[in-house]
Amino acid sequence: MENTKENTQWKLWEVFTQRKSGEPHEHAGSVHAPDKEMALQNARDVYSRRGEATTIWVVPSEQITSTSPEDSPSFFDPSEDKIYRHPQFYKIPKGVTID
Amino acid sequence: MNMENEVLEKAFQDKIDSGIIIEPKDWMPERYRKQLIRMMSQHAHSEVVGMLPEGNWITRAPSLKRKLILLAKVQDEAGHGLYIYSGTETLGVDRKDLIADLHSGKAKYSSIFNYPTLTWADMGSVGWLVDGAAIVNQTMLAKGSYGPYSRAMIRICKEENFHNKQGYEILATLMKGTKEQQAMAQESINRWWWPALMMFGPSDKDSPNSAELIKWKVKKQSNDELRQRFIDRSVPQAEAIGLTFPDPKLKFNEATGHYDHGEINWEEFYNVIKGNGPCNKQRLKARSDADENGRWVREAAEAYAKKNNA
Ligand SMILES: [Fe+2]
Ligand SMILES: [Fe+2]
Repeated sequence: MENTKENTQWKLWEVFTQRKSGEPHEHAGSVHAPDKEMALQNARDVYSRRGEATTIWVVPSEQITSTSPEDSPSFFDPSEDKIYRHPQFYKIPKGVTID
Repeated sequence: MNMENEVLEKAFQDKIDSGIIIEPKDWMPERYRKQLIRMMSQHAHSEVVGMLPEGNWITRAPSLKRKLILLAKVQDEAGHGLYIYSGTETLGVDRKDLIADLHSGKAKYSSIFNYPTLTWADMGSVGWLVDGAAIVNQTMLAKGSYGPYSRAMIRICKEENFHNKQGYEILATLMKGTKEQQAMAQESINRWWWPALMMFGPSDKDSPNSAELIKWKVKKQSNDELRQRFIDRSVPQAEAIGLTFPDPKLKFNEATGHYDHGEINWEEFYNVIKGNGPCNKQRLKARSDADENGRWVREAAEAYAKKNNA
């Protein structure tokens, strides 16, 4: 241990839970844990005491990269002007059904 | 305030006013961040310190069923503390610093947990009144403007109904029991009613943070409004099982549609906040002892993790 005076609370992990199979994993919150095994156990005890999850992912928080709000407008801009990506863009002869 | 900040603050307030939820990486006024850290960490501390008055009765619960229920309830409160610490950490603070502030007495927690739990009936009063008041408060906070806080509140509210009902059931059971059991229930309510009302904080006119928090939609209702809602829902619940509240002025007001109530003893409230409640010292000592005694476990687990990764 580098510094025993430091009151360790263990490193931070982000927790993603899947309510039931077929559904996506959703961010639930975070836990502190020294390793991945305990991160999973802590995540279970904190975020699934009543069967809220059937599977859990834990990821060290420092490993997550995210977009930043300041860059968001330009970052997501390329999708703004491509209306031809939507089915409403296309004209179909009257009476024809294409889902 | 410089020009740039003024523009940013205006945009921030517009977002809040149009109901957009603020997320951790969004720009926010320093003061919004500070207020949230203060509020959320106080809330997290309250959940954690709140385990102590009930933990006191786990070994003495009158049946195995009640013991299991109480254990589960206290474990939920630990979970609540952790959800909210997790939410607070998204604001760029470290949990260990928040905990250090609790132990040094710098950070506050709900004054209600500085009262002792003297009888088994207190497990009923705490669940019904203390968790009941918490539900009223947290239901409002669940609609607040900061995403991680409101999401934690939604999760918590789902669990609080169990806490609230098990407490009420304890009292309802005692009220169907012997004269002594009934007296125990009533005596407990007599001690907890006023401190429960104080949980909502000082009257609006004396609450320095209220206006700002409401402007930022961190809070959506005032302390007095929430307190009134709590009183209105508690009175019929008490009547249904034959309990009364120790307030001769408590009376339904036809004109307002609410219950009028007597003066709250704010002197007592401020005294407890200042650290002079019946259990303040004991509570803080229990928390710092737990932290200190758990240190070797945390260090051992960390050493083990390091060895396995080497
Ligand atoms: Fe709670
Ligand atoms: Fe609770």
